[in-house]
Formats: sequence, structure tokens, C-alpha cells
Amino acid sequence: METIFSAKAWATVWQYRATFLNGLINTLQSAVVGLVIAMVIGFAIGLMATSGRRGLQAVARVYVEFFQNTPLILQVCFLYYALAYSGVRITVVVVGFIALGLYHGAYVGEVGRAGIQAIPAGQFAAARSQGFGYAQTMRYVILPQTVKIILPPMVNQVVALIKNTSCLYIIGGADLIATTYNFVTGASTGGAYGPAYLVGGLLFFLVCYPLSMMAGRWERRLKARDQMQKGGEQA
Amino acid sequence: MSEFMIDLRGSLGILANPDVMSYLLKGLLFTLGISVIAIFFSLIIGAVLALVRNYCAHGPARALRRIASIYIELFRNTPLMLWMFVCFVMCPAPSFSKGFASLLGFTSTVAVKTLFKATVALTLFTSAIMAEIIRGGLNSVHKGQFEAAYSQGFGTLQTMTLIVLPQAFRNIIPTMLSQMITTIKDSSYMASLVTVELMGCTKLIISKANTYNGTWVDRFNRGTINVTDVFVLFGFAFIVYFAINFTLSCVVRMMRARKRA
Repeated sequence: METIFSAKAWATVWQYRATFLNGLINTLQSAVVGLVIAMVIGFAIGLMATSGRRGLQAVARVYVEFFQNTPLILQVCFLYYALAYSGVRITVVVVGFIALGLYHGAYVGEVGRAGIQAIPAGQFAAARSQGFGYAQTMRYVILPQTVKIILPPMVNQVVALIKNTSCLYIIGGADLIATTYNFVTGASTGGAYGPAYLVGGLLFFLVCYPLSMMAGRWERRLKARDQMQKGGEQA
Repeated sequence: MSEFMIDLRGSLGILANPDVMSYLLKGLLFTLGISVIAIFFSLIIGAVLALVRNYCAHGPARALRRIASIYIELFRNTPLMLWMFVCFVMCPAPSFSKGFASLLGFTSTVAVKTLFKATVALTLFTSAIMAEIIRGGLNSVHKGQFEAAYSQGFGTLQTMTLIVLPQAFRNIIPTMLSQMITTIKDSSYMASLVTVELMGCTKLIISKANTYNGTWVDRFNRGTINVTDVFVLFGFAFIVYFAINFTLSCVVRMMRARKRA
């Protein structure tokens, strides 16, 4: 802890600032690609879960339960080892994309399901009565209304995803936390614990905190609006 | 018999090995024990943080509120892995005796120290989440309850401990149970520091699978780790984690459904 006040330790961190920046870029890259995959999977899962078809709902349920009830670290390790021992040449980065995408896809799917189910059934009936098919109902009537409901939990998912990139350390990833740890234990750079963790943690915080704040504010505004509407109905 | 079937039989043989199985089950016990300890202490720390953040709104106590807010936001917006590493190098740990170490099944006291630090990290991290859960519970208690308690002559402490906190806790039991699921999953982060819980133990067995799966001939032909070993051993871990967490999540769902009814 004393190293926080050591000018020499800070100088080392400053000298290797590119390393930290690189770690941050890797983390953000994994997060962005993981998010895209998670959105695609989550969209499909959300639609399947609300489709009203037994088979599709069962598939969505099993997917969500499996990924939500087992640790991400285990999923990451399994994917990496299984591919490596099958002789598939795959980089840690790609394993990270896939694992993060699959795991958060389950959460995004649940967020989407909750959003669609929050729309009153009358909206579906109204759309159908106007001759809208399933795709049209979703595209023009339901999804535009769900967006504002699912926005706050979606942003929270993004924060969780960014934080979860740190799991990639277990298979030798180069995300921000792994980079920081390797820096403080490295032979030539080691010892600057205080400053290094402070910088690594701060970078994470600077990315995540604004997102969390935004999500929290949206959520409160949504709740206030709901309560106002409820109050109006009672009056 | 195809090569695959031979490999698979070897891999299943690993699980049938009583030494391996008891080692993995010991890992499971640690996973559960660590999670329960982390949840217990984070409940206490979280309750303090939540009360301070919610009710220290006036006078010099505002400084405390500031600290609680910073703690909560800091831990909620940084990854657990960071705190694992931070605690690993910076958290002070008592020196454990050799006897205590062997009681837990460790050969070195260093591993116990690391286990202690990792548990501290998990607890500190979970406390911030718990604080927000408890705060949600506190906010769900109707304002009239405070007024009613005060009007009956209850002091602040009595109002909190006898009237508000019991109601708040009752409201958040389902959310706390689902936090238990998260904490059981999060305990696997420890595998990056020390081999003690289920995730770490499974990983260790896989790295030695060639000595258990029947391919080992002698020290010149050390056998191979097959992809079936990965599937069987990680598959076992998946099933164990899933069985525990799915059961918990079913309980949570039942409680929520009953509350709504």
C-alpha cells in the first residue's frame, strides 16, 4: 500500500502507460464484440420466450437457465480447453468474444422477455385486428414500446459485460485487469502495486460509472412516470 | 471399440476414482462454505452501508453517507477480479497455524492465507451489492411505519431494529437468495488465486487427467489429456453448479409468485 506514495512506482506506471491503455482497449474490444453477439442471441431468445410456442419457449428456457446458473469462468474455461484439446486453433480473444456473448445473451434474452411481457396483451390483439402479421406486430407495435422499458436493465448488462471481461484472465487473456496484474508481478515492472491497481481500477470505474449513473437515472424517471400515471388513474 | 469410446471410458474412470471424487466434493464444500461466509458478512456490512447511505442525511453524519456512497459505487463499477488481486497483495491476513491449515486440508499455511484474502475480496465486493439490495428493501417500507413507531415513543435505534429492518428484510429475501446464486458463481473467481473451491479443483484435476484416465504407462510415456476428459470433468462441474443454483432459483421464483398472489 505504501507504494501509492512512492514517486518511483508512479514513474514506472507512467513509463508503461501504453500497457494500461492497451489493456483498456482489449477490454473494450471484448466488451463491444461480446455485446453484439449477446444482443443477437438475446433478441432471438426474447422472441422465442414470448412466442407462445411450447417448443421454442422450452429451448429459450433451457438456454437461459443453463447460462445463468453456471459460472462464467467455468464456461470460459470449458470453451477454451474443449477447443484446444480438439485441436481447433483459436485465440483467447475469440474465445472471450464467444463466451461473453453466450453468457450475456441469456441475460439480454431475459431483459427482452420481461420487456415484451410488460406490454399489455391488448396491444397484440389490436395489432392483429388491424391485419398485422407477427413480424409487423413486433416491428411496428411491440418493440418500439419495449425499448424504453428495457433500456435501463440493458445498460446495466453492458456494465456487467465490461466487468466480466476480467474473467478472461483465467485463460491468459490480455484485458485490463490481467494486464494490471501482469504488470505488478512482472520481472521488470513489478512492485508498483498501489499506483498500478489504482490506475487499472480507475480506468474501469471511469468507463462503468457513467453508464451505471445513466441507467439509474432512466430507471428512476421511468418509475416516477409510472407512478404519475397510476395516480392519474386513481383520481 | 472406437477410439472415442475408449477415451470416454477413461474419462469417466476419472470420476469413478474415489480420490478424485472426494477431492472434487471437498471443493464443492469449500464453494458452499465460502459463499455462505461471504453472504453472512456482506449482509452485516451491507446493512450498515445501506442504513448510512439512506438515513445519514443531516449534519456531520453526511460525511459518513458520502463514504458509504463512494464504497458502494466503487465496488459496483469495478470487477471482482480486480479486488481479488488487490486483496491478494494488500489485504493483511492473520498467520494461521499448521494445525488449522491441515484441518482444512492444506499442506501449507500460505494457501490458507490466500484463501482468507480471496474470501475477504469476495465479501467486500458482495457487500456493495447487498447494500443496494437492502436499500431497496428499506425504501419499500412505508413512511407511515416510521411515523407510527416514533408516535409510540420508539427511538431511532428501536424503530430501525424492531420495526423497519424486519419488514425490509422480509421484502428482500427472494432478492437475497438470488444474490446467493451470484455469490456461488462468483466464488469461482478464486480459481485465479488459489486451488480450493470447485472450479479450481476441477481445473487442477484436468491438468493431471493423464495420470487418472488410464493412458499413463510409465514415466517415459506419461499418457495424454483427451478432449473427453475436458468434457467429463467440466461437465461434472457444470452439473453440480447447475443443480445447486437452479434449485435456488426455483425457490426464488416460488417465493415471488407467492408474494404476488
